[in-house]
Order: sequence, then C-alpha cells, then structure tokens
Amino acid sequence: MIRNITIGQYFPADTVIHRLDPRIKILIVFMFIVSLFFIASFYPYALILAFIVLTVKLSKIPFRYVLKGLKPLWFIIIITFIINVFMTKGEVILELGPLNITKEGIRQAVFMALRLIFLVIGTSLLTLTTSPISLTDGIEKLLSPLRKVGVPAHELAMMMTIALRFIPTLLEETDKIMKAQMARGADFESGNIINRARNLVPLLVPLFINAFRRADELAIAMEARCYRGGENRTRMNELKLNRNDILAISFSTIFFLLIILTRYIGIRGIL
Amino acid sequence: MIIKIEDLSYIYNQNTPFEMKALDNVNLVINEGEFIGLIGHTGSGKSTLVQHLNGLIRPTSGRVIVDGMDTSGDKKNLLKIRQKVGLVFQYPEHQLFEETIYKDIAFGPINLGLNEEEVQQRVKKAMESVGLSYEKLKDRSPFELSGGQKRRVAIAGVLAMNPKVLILDEPTAGLDPRGRDEILGELKKLYEEENITIILVSHSMEEIAMLVNRIIVMHKGKVAMDGKTREVFKEKKKLEELGLGIPQITQFMREYRMKGNPVDDTVITVEEAKNELIKYLRSKGND
Amino acid sequence: MSEEMIRIEDVTYEYGSYGEANYLVAVSNVTMQVNKGEYLVILGHNGSGKSTLAKLMNGLLVPTKGDVFVNGINTKDKERIWDIRKTAGMVFQNPDNQIVATIVEEDVAFGPENLGIPPDEIRRRVDKALEIVEMSEYKKHAPHLLSGGQKQRVAIAGILAMNPECIILDEPTAMLDPVGRREIISTLRKLNSQEKKTIIHITHHMDEAVEADRIIVMEKGRIVMEGTPKEIFCQVDKIKKLGLDVPQVTELAYELRKEGFDVPCDVLTVEELVNVL
Repeated sequence: MIRNITIGQYFPADTVIHRLDPRIKILIVFMFIVSLFFIASFYPYALILAFIVLTVKLSKIPFRYVLKGLKPLWFIIIITFIINVFMTKGEVILELGPLNITKEGIRQAVFMALRLIFLVIGTSLLTLTTSPISLTDGIEKLLSPLRKVGVPAHELAMMMTIALRFIPTLLEETDKIMKAQMARGADFESGNIINRARNLVPLLVPLFINAFRRADELAIAMEARCYRGGENRTRMNELKLNRNDILAISFSTIFFLLIILTRYIGIRGIL
Repeated sequence: MIIKIEDLSYIYNQNTPFEMKALDNVNLVINEGEFIGLIGHTGSGKSTLVQHLNGLIRPTSGRVIVDGMDTSGDKKNLLKIRQKVGLVFQYPEHQLFEETIYKDIAFGPINLGLNEEEVQQRVKKAMESVGLSYEKLKDRSPFELSGGQKRRVAIAGVLAMNPKVLILDEPTAGLDPRGRDEILGELKKLYEEENITIILVSHSMEEIAMLVNRIIVMHKGKVAMDGKTREVFKEKKKLEELGLGIPQITQFMREYRMKGNPVDDTVITVEEAKNELIKYLRSKGND
Repeated sequence: MSEEMIRIEDVTYEYGSYGEANYLVAVSNVTMQVNKGEYLVILGHNGSGKSTLAKLMNGLLVPTKGDVFVNGINTKDKERIWDIRKTAGMVFQNPDNQIVATIVEEDVAFGPENLGIPPDEIRRRVDKALEIVEMSEYKKHAPHLLSGGQKQRVAIAGILAMNPECIILDEPTAMLDPVGRREIISTLRKLNSQEKKTIIHITHHMDEAVEADRIIVMEKGRIVMEGTPKEIFCQVDKIKKLGLDVPQVTELAYELRKEGFDVPCDVLTVEELVNVL
C-alpha cells in the first residue's frame, strides 16, 4: 500500500558499509555520479557493475531489495530508452513507418538506460546503508564550511530530519482522510483530469490544515526542549573518521579517477 | 439481517516482507436494530473489520454482503453500500474541509446526487440529531468551533448520508467527560428514535455497558467472543486474558459477592448496582 | 514547610487584546504553588485554562499580569529562560507531534544536545532515561512504528534526559488506549517515587487523579477546588457540575450515602468500597 515506499529507505544492518562515515559515503556517491557522466564506452560499465556488486555484497543487502529502488523509475527508464532508440541517426536496421531504428540508436539507448539504472542504484545504495539521520548529519557537516558564506547548514539539516520524521505520519494521515471522504461518497479514481484535481480538495485541505497544526505543536515542543538553532549545540554521536573511512575514500578516489580517465585514453590504456 | 460476513480474511502487504494477517476467517451476522459494541485491544483487527463493512477495504478472501450487495462485486454498487453503511473514523474532525458547516455536511448528500432541497433537509436533520443549531451555525466556519463541536459536525456529515448502519470508531477519544457524555447521549437518542443500527468501537467498558445490547470481541484478527452485553461481561477472566476488562462497577460487585454477600454480580451500570445494593443492604438490616 | 518548586502569584493570561474577536482570558488571577517532590494533578474540562496554566509554568507563555517563579527564577527573565525550561520539562498531548528524530535514541538526545552537553554525558543520560521509562530495547527503532504509549514514554525520556527537577505533562494520556494510559501512569508514579521528580499532571481522567498528593480543579481560568484526592472526590455533586467524572465506585458510595446508608464519601477504589460495605 501507500506506506511501502522503498526508495531512500534505510535497510538496517551492521556491516562495514553501514559503519562508514556518512560524509565519506556522500563523497563517494558524488564521485560515482560524476564519473558515470564521463563514461563513453561499455567497458567501464563493467567496472562500475563490479563496484556495485562489491558494495552490495559487503553491505549484505539482498539484491532484489536494491532493485526495488528502480521500480518507481521504470517508466522514465523506458521513455529514455524509446526516445534514444528512435532519435539517434545512423545505420538503419528497421523501418517503422516514419520512424527508424538504427544500430547506433540501440547502442545509445542501452547506454543511456544503463547510465540511469546505475545512477539510481548508486544513490539508493547510499540511502539503503545510511540511516536518514546520519545522512543528514553528513550533509550538515559537509556543508558547514559554507556557513561563512551564508549557507544555513544546520537549518537545512534540521528541516530534512523533520521531513523524514513526518513523511510516514503524513502518508498514514493521507490514507485515513482519503478513506473518510470515500465513506462520504467521494470519488478519487474516475473523471477527467480537471474533475480529478477538483476532487482532491476534500483531501488536500484537511491534510494541509493538519500539517500546519502539527508544525505548530512541534515548534512548541522543540522550544520546550530548549532548541535554539545550531549554535552551541553538541551531538551525541560525533562523526569521527577511522581507518576504514580513509581506506574507502582513497580506494574510491583512485577508482573513479581511473574511470574518468578511460574517456580520454580508453580502457586499454588503463589496464 | 443487514450485513453478513462470510469467511472473511484480510492480509496487509501480501507477498512482501511486511505481510500481516489482520483478519482471519471472520463470520458474523449483523441484524437491523442492533446496537453493537466492538471491542479489542489496539491491533486486534477492529479497524480493518469496520473498513470492510462499507467496502473501503475488500476482502483478501471471503465475502461481505451489505443489504444483498457484495462489497467486492460491481464497483457501481460501492456508492450505494457507502450510503447504507456510514463510517465515522477516529478523530473525524480532522477531515473537515469546507468553508461553512453547511457545505461540509452537504458533501455526502451531494455526492449521492440529491437535489438541493433534499440536501438542505438532510443537513438540517443531521445537525439537529447531533445537537447543533441549524440556523445559528450553518454559515459558520467549522474551524471556529470547539473540539467537541467539530466532531459533531463530522458525525453529522456521515449522518446526512442517511445510513442504515452507523459505525463509529472511538467517537469519544480525546474528549473531556462533558463532550463525551453529549456525544454518547446523542447516539443513544439516535438509536432509540431513528431505527438505525449502530456499531460502536470503544476502549471504555463503561461506555459499552451503558449503551450496547451486543458485544463482539476481536482478538488477533478473529472473533474471540460474541454475545449479549451482560453475558460477555460475565466472563471477566477471558476478557482479561484478551487484554480487556469489565466495568469498574461490575468488578466491585463481583468482589463484594466473593466476600460473602449474595448480590447479583452481573450488574453493569452504577444505577443497577445502586438498586441491587439498596435492596440487599435493607434486607440485611432487617434481619 | 517544604521547599517550593513553582510559585504562581496572581497570574492572569489573556489571548489577543481586549475588544478583539479572539480575546480570551484563559487564566484569571491564579495564585498557587507547587512543592518539590509533589505529585500534583490539575483537572478541568477542555477550555478551563489548564493547558495555558501549564505553558505558563515553564515560560512557553509569559503572564499578562502577575509573576511565575520556577525554582526562584521569574519566567519573565529572558536571560534565564533556558534554565527555566531545563528545570521544568514539558510533555504534550500528541506523542506524534513532539518527537523530532527518526530514531528513538536520537530523539531522546535532542534536548541535551540543545543544552550543549558533551557527547559522553549525553550518551549516559540517554541510556539512563530510556531505562527509566523501560524503552531501552527500542532505542534503535523508528518512532512511527511504536504504539501510542511507547511513543509517549519516548517523549518522557526526551525530557528526563535534560535532567529536570520537575516534569509538566499536558494531557499525556488523552490520545492513548487503556494499555497506553496504564503505562504512562505507572511511569509517572515511578518518576515521582524513585527519581524524586516533581510531577504536574494535567488531565480530565479522574481515575488518573486518585493517586495524586494534591488535586487542583480549574474552571473558567480559575482554581475552583483544591485538596487531597479524598477531599476532592467527596464533593461528587460539585465535580459533576463542573463537567467532570468520578470513579464509578465513588459515585456508587455517594448514591448510597444519599439513600441514608452509612458509607464514607471518600471511597476511591474497588477495595475500599468492598471493605466499608
């Protein structure tokens, strides 16, 4: 049902990958994403795949769980695939009326689909192995040098934490209000787009009102617990880099640099 | 017979790691004119059960028949089923959305496709049934009202559908004693005057004892007990095993009886206990 | 005389200002005090001013007129507002809307983190607080998967970890089922007797007031009754007129007394009534 949204959901376990410092993991994923865009041939994908397989094995997350993250994105992946198949010029292998399928088109489509799939898997590995709260900590710490130039690092992190905390609550509430209105004969499923949008009013109005009420109460509760922004605040779990973190970041830096280099000197030049 | 439940089972998140059996082979018949108390501790399946009764949830297996219509049957029947079985959720005031009380209560009747005149009659009657003055309040915003009044607007919104069966999921949760007594009083009146079948979900045995004539006890998705109010409250041990209890007054009468006083320990209200004790204490005094 | 925890001197609190549509005198000329180590219950129906009174007790609201002192500090003293809030912690009605973090122990740590306490000390306090409310085994859980009673105990632990002398609870059981209510009441009793915390428990459930040291009943922003549970519950008529309840056995004792039987009026539990009849 509505509650099962796996993208970005933490898979709790106690493994090397889970224990890595969130800052390190964010940096690695960042490098991962950048390097993906430098890849120009199929061979480096094999290395990327190996990297993913290694990470998944080490983190002890079942593969089907990782693939689940792709589910909401199949549509986009397929669209990308189709667009690329038809829109790339080159040697025609099949004619479908006004549209041509070319050899280059298929190659390009597979290539782009793979890039998207790896992109999603890579980022969902981050969220699967890092609890939202330490992810937020990581982002806060990584952004904190930017505070001097006016980036509200702590406030952003606090907003993220609260959003994460309330997503399940609000989903449950949505489900409940929807059912309550359906019990009064509301119809959320049929009609054209305009009617459907109009039919959402009985759902959205109470949802917003309740969210504001919650926000109000939460603000008072936080104030009662002496919250006064990020200044002079300490943390129970301070982030500390250990040997594994250093190893992971060093290995990854070299690895992704090599991936990027393949674009310029070819895979053969590397191996 | 207005509702018939046959071999009803329901599994949440079937075929996922979060699979959970919420209802397990439930069989029940609900007759017209009954006032039923549905009890069971949190997670016993009560809420899942009541949502089946108006087709908000459809059975994983088994059937729910409302006034001859199967809730898993033709989707066109759903609106009719939801008109017949009105469901008031917990904290129903959280679903109010219109600018005026009138418009909010009219939401249901309008969805039923009634004409303006009928809608107006329905709204007026529904407001009166829950003790809200139509003339004074109809054009006010529901959000200006007190908690207890908002809840009555929400209940009126369901009543305006003219249901044959009214289900209320903890209608008194979070209210103070005065607000609670008002709502319970209105339910009682509704039952006595309107020929409506009521199913009341509640955690308060005192509330249940005061109102209902039949109790259904849910436990781990099954019907654990089903009988007349007085009969069910006789089974203190069994109720306690299910994490429930009996009204304090019944508890007292039992203990008093065990101390060697031959009083009727099946009383379930203070009024009954008072009469029974006066009779007993006077006869003892005369000896 | 015992030492005082909170002193309220002729306090009035008004919402809005006079003449406006939303103008409301929520608390009106209240004078009272709470002693250290006391278990005080404040009763009253919705709108009686009891929640406003609670918020005045830790500086979330500042009196329109009069003064509130927490451990001798005036709540108007802006410099020391954080001292006041960490001395008098507050738990609210809706457990969902006061839990900030996505992991139980992180949430309990939120208060001490705000106070700038060193990490090892926070860890120690969090573990101890969770142990007191008997939620240690859930410390790595996500709060939204807990029951109402468990969530509310996490909220209490979050306050405990700030090491307050006094805990104010504003209808902590109103949204809970009977099991959750029992959990909270026994937690409160434990906090009072074992941890020596001053407890101010605001409620409209009379049965929760039975074991208090003292009860205050509010109506229209004023204190209308004050005394031990037995003194208060003796006045069944008055209580009912105020829109409140008494336990069923107390009501029965009262009814029998009216019929001329010799039953004391201060019966609060089943055992007591069995013994006197």
